[in-house]
Amino acid sequence: MRQEKNRTRRRPGAVAAASLGLASLLLSGCGPANSGVPTLTWYINPDAGGQAAIAQLCTEQANGEYRIETSLLPNDAAAQREQLARRLAAGDDSLDIMSIDPPFVPELATFLAPVPEETAQATTENTLEGALQGAMYEDELVTVPFWANTQILWYRESVAEEAGLDMSQPVTWDQLMEVAAAQDVELGVQGSQAESMTVWINSLIESAGGTILENPEAEADEIELGLVSDAGREAARIIGTIGDEGLGGPGLATSTENTSLTLFQGESGSFMVNYPFVWPATQGAVEDGTLDQSVLDDIGWALYPRVSEDTETAPPLGGINLGVGAGSDNPELAYQAIECIVQPENQTEYFLTNGNPPSNSEAYEDPRIEEQFPMADTIRESLEIAAPRPQTPFYNEISSGLQQTWTPPDEVDPETTPEESAEFITAVLRGERLL
Amino acid sequence: MKANGKNNRNNDYSDRARAERRLGWMLAGPAFIIMLAVTLYPILQAFFDSLYAFRLTAPDEREFILLQNYVTILSDPVWWRDLWTTVLITIVTVAVELVLGFALALVMHRALKAVRGWLRTAILVPYGIITVVSAYAWFYAFDISSGYVNSWFDWVPGIDQDLNWFAQASTALPVIMASEIWKTTPFISLLLLAGLAQVPDELTEAAKVDGATWWEQMRKVIIPNMKAAIMVAVLFRALDAFRIFDNVFIMTNGQYGTEVLSLLAYRTSITRLEIGLGSAVSVLLFVCVLLISFVAIKVFKVDLAGTTGGKR
Repeated sequence: MRQEKNRTRRRPGAVAAASLGLASLLLSGCGPANSGVPTLTWYINPDAGGQAAIAQLCTEQANGEYRIETSLLPNDAAAQREQLARRLAAGDDSLDIMSIDPPFVPELATFLAPVPEETAQATTENTLEGALQGAMYEDELVTVPFWANTQILWYRESVAEEAGLDMSQPVTWDQLMEVAAAQDVELGVQGSQAESMTVWINSLIESAGGTILENPEAEADEIELGLVSDAGREAARIIGTIGDEGLGGPGLATSTENTSLTLFQGESGSFMVNYPFVWPATQGAVEDGTLDQSVLDDIGWALYPRVSEDTETAPPLGGINLGVGAGSDNPELAYQAIECIVQPENQTEYFLTNGNPPSNSEAYEDPRIEEQFPMADTIRESLEIAAPRPQTPFYNEISSGLQQTWTPPDEVDPETTPEESAEFITAVLRGERLL
Repeated sequence: MKANGKNNRNNDYSDRARAERRLGWMLAGPAFIIMLAVTLYPILQAFFDSLYAFRLTAPDEREFILLQNYVTILSDPVWWRDLWTTVLITIVTVAVELVLGFALALVMHRALKAVRGWLRTAILVPYGIITVVSAYAWFYAFDISSGYVNSWFDWVPGIDQDLNWFAQASTALPVIMASEIWKTTPFISLLLLAGLAQVPDELTEAAKVDGATWWEQMRKVIIPNMKAAIMVAVLFRALDAFRIFDNVFIMTNGQYGTEVLSLLAYRTSITRLEIGLGSAVSVLLFVCVLLISFVAIKVFKVDLAGTTGGKR
């Protein structure tokens, strides 16, 4: 798609000449080469077509001022980061608009065009607090929040009822572990050596009153980690206990968000921490006939569990922000397009069609949302209090270091893991160790 | 160019031979230059980059550190663990493939003419499958939540419904190696079949007449006569196995002690964007590959020139 655009810019004659075969086929897919109308390329993460639909809508609303073409990034967030970072570092001028995962914002911030004051005001007026935090770096808005994601606690009502848990009140990890052990059911958590592990550790440490990274703005060799602390040890105790006692099932060490969902939908499902995609996915499975309606009817939801009764919960934060490449030929137009893309009504529509929750509180007011996502209020509340992962340009090192030292869960030990992990990550950041 | 100088080496050749040489260079020259551009240039660039502390997302902080990256890598247990894993995979897979491949080659060699074509096609099927696809197939077969291996084979001691194959190296590596063996044994068997076909029938007939048993014929006639084919097969597969990537990437992504050197190079350069450190890992990997080639060619005296008309 990008190549196509460049071709139309540089060699319009060649495109016109390619009237037969594959070239014309490609052209018909990408639309005609409009002369004079600037084309903005929006690098999108894979979804169910929602971003392409918004691109189409905003192109129509622009009345010929610009047109937006979408270009697909790889499937997982880490691979998306890799591609964006390589293109940005190489000065690729096609990066007009990018869909960026919040933890990668600081690393890419130096390559982004500054957000104009009026765009910042127009797009963040009603943004939920967690989502706004994830779009900022060094107290400055460097990306525009588009949609926000968070994990909530999903539970089987039958299990909670049998355990006598009052799910209208905050629940703790210890309560969940007790129920799982007593009823011989399994907890849906993600123990794989992947980003989901960092997400879990961060929420546990934040909920225990600590933080993974003490000084987010420090250089690599001056970074101080908060792992060796009561909060770090408490997080290790919870993960270690779930692993050691087999409360997450035999597949815990390789469990991802999708495998957790499969476990949760199964006979030994009980509680699960996961993103809102599980709701449309479960509904889809029931419609397809692969899952019984009774499973769907048995599902309840609550805020993410807290570490102890007297601390607050700190749910994980995800989602997508929009950034503009510093090398873009049309940064003003790109920000204009972003203002169109993130309009609350587009966010609402995106939630309804693709299941990705809005970052703007106003977007939740549409009555269709409550109908389709009865847990929308819980999601919104979770996004208000969600805790971003460490916001540093060295996030990747910290995250990979945590993943390597806090897995498999059954080997996590509160006495040794936080310390070993901190030493390892510090050595990696200083360039003394391989990762 | 005229050959009129006494010291001119071209004097040794006739006009026709010189013209042929010139034509040879003209025909092969462009390919040679392209080969240099696509292989030598990146190798030199990687070596150059490996002398710097250089992170792609912080181009301004690029710093010349001489061989510090190499010191860091070679003093790190991760490098040695990954090297050991890679060597283990190489030795086990090549050894098993060699035995299996030889057996298959014998079957193909002895097969009736009527079924020989079909047999070769059937044996080659796994090799025709893209590695990533076969890696996914093996992954989904053994995965604890989607796989069928645990439920089909739970009567085998050591396998039960709760066995998470990819959660530790001791079970993940055998699956990775099995998939590698399944995928590339056909290749080695084809190479060995070509070697078998080159053993003159008169020799085996003579051995039979002399009363040699099947094993003696193998050991004293057939195997020594196809030594070059065996060594080429071992060398090619050893180099391939040492650079294993796809299978590990798909099945475990290197977690729980299953990381190999190519994956380490990939993660350092591409995931961490540490161009300097990643280049140093790549250069070391390249040196390992060179070493394997050197050992195979010199120590085992593989005659690679044999296929192009003999040694000069």
